[in-house]
Amino acid sequence: MIHMEYYLIVSTIMMFAGIYGFVTRRNLLAMLISVELILNSVDINFVVFNRFLFPEHLEGFFFTLFAIGISAAETAVAIAIIINIYRNIRNIKVKSLHEMKW
Amino acid sequence: MNILSLFPAIPLMMMLGLWISRNRTQIRTVMVTGSALLLALAVWLVFAYLAQRHAGAAEPMLFTDSREWYAPLDIHYAVGVDGISVVMLLLSAIIVFTGTFASWRMDTNVKEYFMWFCLLSVGVFGFFISIDLFTMFMFYEVALIPMYLLIGVWGSGRKEYAAMKLTLMLMGGSALLLIGILGIYFGAGASTMNILEIAQADNIPLAQQRIWFPLVFVGFGVLGALFPFHTWSPDGHASAPTAVSMLHAGVLMKLGGYGCFRVAIYLMPEAAHELSWIFIILTAISVVYGAFSACVQTDLKYINAYSSVSHCGLVLFAILMMNTTAVTGAVMQMLSHGLMTALFFALIGMIYGRTHTRDVRQMSGLMRVMPFLAVGYVIAGLANLGLPGLSGFVAEMTIFNGAFMHADTFHRTVTIIACTSIVITAVYILRVIGRILYGTCDNAEHLRLKDATWDERVAVVCLIAAVAGMGLAPMWISDTVRGSVSGIMAHIMN
Amino acid sequence: MEYTILILVLPLLSFLFLGLAGTRLRPAAAGAVGTAVLAVVTAVSYMTAYAYFFGQGRAADGLYPTLTPWNTTWLPINDTLSIDMGIMLDPISVMMLVVISTVSLMVHIYSFGYMKGERGFQRYYAFLSLFTASMMGLVVATNIFQMYVFWELVGVSSYLLIGFYYTRKEAVAASKKAFIVTRFADLGFLIGILFYGYYAGTFSFNPQTEALAAAGMIIPLALGLMFVGGAGKSAMFPLHIWLPDAMEGPTPVSALIHAATMVVAGVYLVARMFPLFIGYAPDVLHATAIVGAFTSFYAAVVACVQSDIKRVLAFSTISQIGFMIVALGVCTSADPHSGGLGYMASMFHLFTHAMFKALLFLGAGCIIHAVHSNEMSAMGGLRRYMPVTHATFLVACLAIAGIWPLSGFFSKDEILTACFAYSPVMGWVMTAIAGLTAFYMFRLYYGIFWGRENRTLHAEHTPHEAPATMTLPLVVLAAVTLGAGFIPFGHFVSSNGTAYDIHINPTVAAISLCAATAGIALATWMYARERQAAAESLARRFATLHTAAYHRFYIDEIYQFITHRVIFRCISTPVAWFDRNVVDGFMNMLARGANGASYLIRGMQSGIIQHYCIWFLGGALVLTIILLFIR
Repeated sequence: MIHMEYYLIVSTIMMFAGIYGFVTRRNLLAMLISVELILNSVDINFVVFNRFLFPEHLEGFFFTLFAIGISAAETAVAIAIIINIYRNIRNIKVKSLHEMKW
Repeated sequence: MNILSLFPAIPLMMMLGLWISRNRTQIRTVMVTGSALLLALAVWLVFAYLAQRHAGAAEPMLFTDSREWYAPLDIHYAVGVDGISVVMLLLSAIIVFTGTFASWRMDTNVKEYFMWFCLLSVGVFGFFISIDLFTMFMFYEVALIPMYLLIGVWGSGRKEYAAMKLTLMLMGGSALLLIGILGIYFGAGASTMNILEIAQADNIPLAQQRIWFPLVFVGFGVLGALFPFHTWSPDGHASAPTAVSMLHAGVLMKLGGYGCFRVAIYLMPEAAHELSWIFIILTAISVVYGAFSACVQTDLKYINAYSSVSHCGLVLFAILMMNTTAVTGAVMQMLSHGLMTALFFALIGMIYGRTHTRDVRQMSGLMRVMPFLAVGYVIAGLANLGLPGLSGFVAEMTIFNGAFMHADTFHRTVTIIACTSIVITAVYILRVIGRILYGTCDNAEHLRLKDATWDERVAVVCLIAAVAGMGLAPMWISDTVRGSVSGIMAHIMN
Repeated sequence: MEYTILILVLPLLSFLFLGLAGTRLRPAAAGAVGTAVLAVVTAVSYMTAYAYFFGQGRAADGLYPTLTPWNTTWLPINDTLSIDMGIMLDPISVMMLVVISTVSLMVHIYSFGYMKGERGFQRYYAFLSLFTASMMGLVVATNIFQMYVFWELVGVSSYLLIGFYYTRKEAVAASKKAFIVTRFADLGFLIGILFYGYYAGTFSFNPQTEALAAAGMIIPLALGLMFVGGAGKSAMFPLHIWLPDAMEGPTPVSALIHAATMVVAGVYLVARMFPLFIGYAPDVLHATAIVGAFTSFYAAVVACVQSDIKRVLAFSTISQIGFMIVALGVCTSADPHSGGLGYMASMFHLFTHAMFKALLFLGAGCIIHAVHSNEMSAMGGLRRYMPVTHATFLVACLAIAGIWPLSGFFSKDEILTACFAYSPVMGWVMTAIAGLTAFYMFRLYYGIFWGRENRTLHAEHTPHEAPATMTLPLVVLAAVTLGAGFIPFGHFVSSNGTAYDIHINPTVAAISLCAATAGIALATWMYARERQAAAESLARRFATLHTAAYHRFYIDEIYQFITHRVIFRCISTPVAWFDRNVVDGFMNMLARGANGASYLIRGMQSGIIQHYCIWFLGGALVLTIILLFIR
């Protein structure tokens, strides 16, 4: 039996890897991937807590499924935006996006 | 429905009418019908009010009505009029009516322009009929916002700067005002926002009055062009379109004086007595300072704006004298200044529309070119410098007589200083008249200009008739106002 | 006598009618309307005077009663004080009604000829009507405030008429100057009225004596301030500067407003307040005598060297008004037999002066009409071309010089008698001025009708006698001037209302006649002939004095300096600068400060999402630490 701590360690690593990626990457796609990592680490936590702490309930699983669905949709939207940005400025570097500042 | 609610309701309906109207003719029809209705209503109200008074109605306010609006803070939609507000409503109705004609030939975004114009009048009318502090404040704000757009969009010159400055300064004033109003509400026991009830209870502790009185007075004073918070006025007026200048200088600036009296002095008489000297000095400075500044201006609108600072300073000055005569004079001065300054701004707008300059150095001999406008301008000027038979004289004389009722040296001195403004006024008025109207017309372009069109004549003639009417038969206005003022004064003096 | 209201209402209606509909009328029709209305007003005025003096006569106490056929509250001030409008008839106001309506009617008729073909003929008649209405309102005022109201109105009609030729720069400047100078004086008047109203508790002319006694020194102050107003209107030194410039207006206007009627308003004011002056402020009254005497002397000296005939007449007017003020000022009691003679003398002189000065101005108008110039250098020898004008002008000159039996002799004699009774110094000074008057008037007369003729100019354009509409008023006024001295004036007007006969004091009469004759003789010797060696050598000898007098002792320049340099440069400009830069600058600084602060804060909103993320995480971290450890 794998202990709960191992799952949590994995998800924490994923979480901070995602945050690190989100903060340091300047490419929109890389940032998007980092966001996905964070989301997935949270999903793992939901599932693990549900499985170990409240085995008779299913809310954690449902919520995770829900979150996956949402993140898929969000990714679609984000990529659409990124493509549009690319079309406009031929670039997907965050630094080049001054238009929407302020 | 209370008859007074028609005053803000009609402009709202006019907005609706403007929204659905599709061409200029329809817009004009809506505007003329609506503003004529308002004028008729205001005239009717004066007579109805006097009739009720003659019939023995002794309450401080007539035509009262009150509906709860927001219970937790005791905010009511409470309306009512006394002699002062009746006169102010009449003034507003006249200015809105003539303002419509003065902007007859407006050609950019006419519909939107008139809609904002109507919203402005909603605020103005609403302010004068309210007797609930918060409702009053709300209408005050309603009147301020359209001003920003009207100047910023339809203005001329440095319009964005002027609009921003005007709005920010007035908003700053209203921030003080809001604090003051809440202070009054809680100071009076947090049970009512109704001005009459607060005055009746008369239970704001003096220590609190000392704080709230200056806040409220300065808050309203900003709008009444109190020195040193008057600088929005020259820039704002100079940039505003004609009808907006008229409404602004004619009516909106009167909100300041009206508010100072109705809220600051009426509700906090003890503090007013104690602190009046500070503001008397400031207003006396306003009076003389505005007049001196006007002497060296070269832009017609600046001259008139500084002249307004001087005349509105006299309004606040008289209010602070706190006796029946002076305050009656103040109300008469509000009416008189409203009419004559509107006349002035209307004429300046018409002249500017022809010559495309407001610089007095670039015009001369216009009397030959456009006699109607020029004669109107001379009459406005004479009214402004206090010629008997026109409105300015009676108002100023009532004020000076009222101010002379205080026999101490301080009041005597400031009164005499304020009196000197009548000479300085003559200097700048005659300077302008001599410069732009008399002499020979040097500019060949100007020789081809046309005199006033019929719509302009309507506006000018209405205003001149009102100015002359008030100047020739001042006792009617004076009696209408005096009854209410003496009631309030009797309350304050106790 | 309710019909007296017509005296006010008719000219006012005529003003409104001509003002509003004037441009649609033919000029002659407009003039006819104005003149016809004024003829009616004159008839009513005469009727009033007749009914007042002879119809009802004196009351039981031997005085003419003071009637107020109309009085209505115009503007209530407080429970006790109010500004009333009404009509008050007493001897002096009835006398003034006659003077004003007569001169005004003459001027209306005269203007038909003089203003013929001028642009704005209708406007001219409208303004004349306005002036007449306001002047009438001034003299029949029932209270001091009504007087002030109409006082301002005559001021504005004077402004409008001086600036009648509004395309001429000088006329515009003169009208502005006249209005502002008198307005400045009116400030004193207004403050005086306010003091008076407060302490006397009424604006009427006969207040409660207890109230006045209680006010102490305030009443002399108030009366003094009122006199400042009167001095402005009546062109007393140093407020006289507007009157010579006012000659820019059409000449008939000068005759009506700036010679016969409006400028004596100050004298009328002092006469109106006379009981109060005598009762409560005799010192102020005597001070006015000093002002009057100095003004009279100053103006007479200046008049001796002016070359513009209208200006000579203007200074002569100032000088003669000085006589009237002196006559009032030397009164020491209200009893005409001991010290109160001056009151009657002043009113008498006002009456006679109005007639002969109007005559002089109208005559000057005929001359200007004939030679198209105001300068004496364009004239000379005109007696051959203009016999009627010449004869009437001579009558007026003799009258103002004070030669028996013309009207000026009688009134001036009374004034001098009053002066001698007050103090010999005053008497001799005024006699000397009377001699000076004779001198400069005959200098003017010879300069126009005899003396050095400008032949080249006259050959080009032969001067001709004026038309009948212009000479008729001259003849009428000359007739009045001839006869007016024999009016038993003391029977109608006297300081306390009782009737008495005018006595000619033989000593004073002899002295004044001698002075006048000497003045005339000197003028004849110097100016009557073609060669004027004596005059020229005198002018050379006293060149400095002559230049200074010609420039009116630079009083105008001093004013110019004060108004332009001091008021505009040193007050208005700095105030305007202060407003734009300090007051407004402070507001702008607030705005800029707020703006700067926002820029600072804005730096945090870099727009780079990672920065936000770091802020967010940092915040979350701090919060976590706080929650975990600190509580």
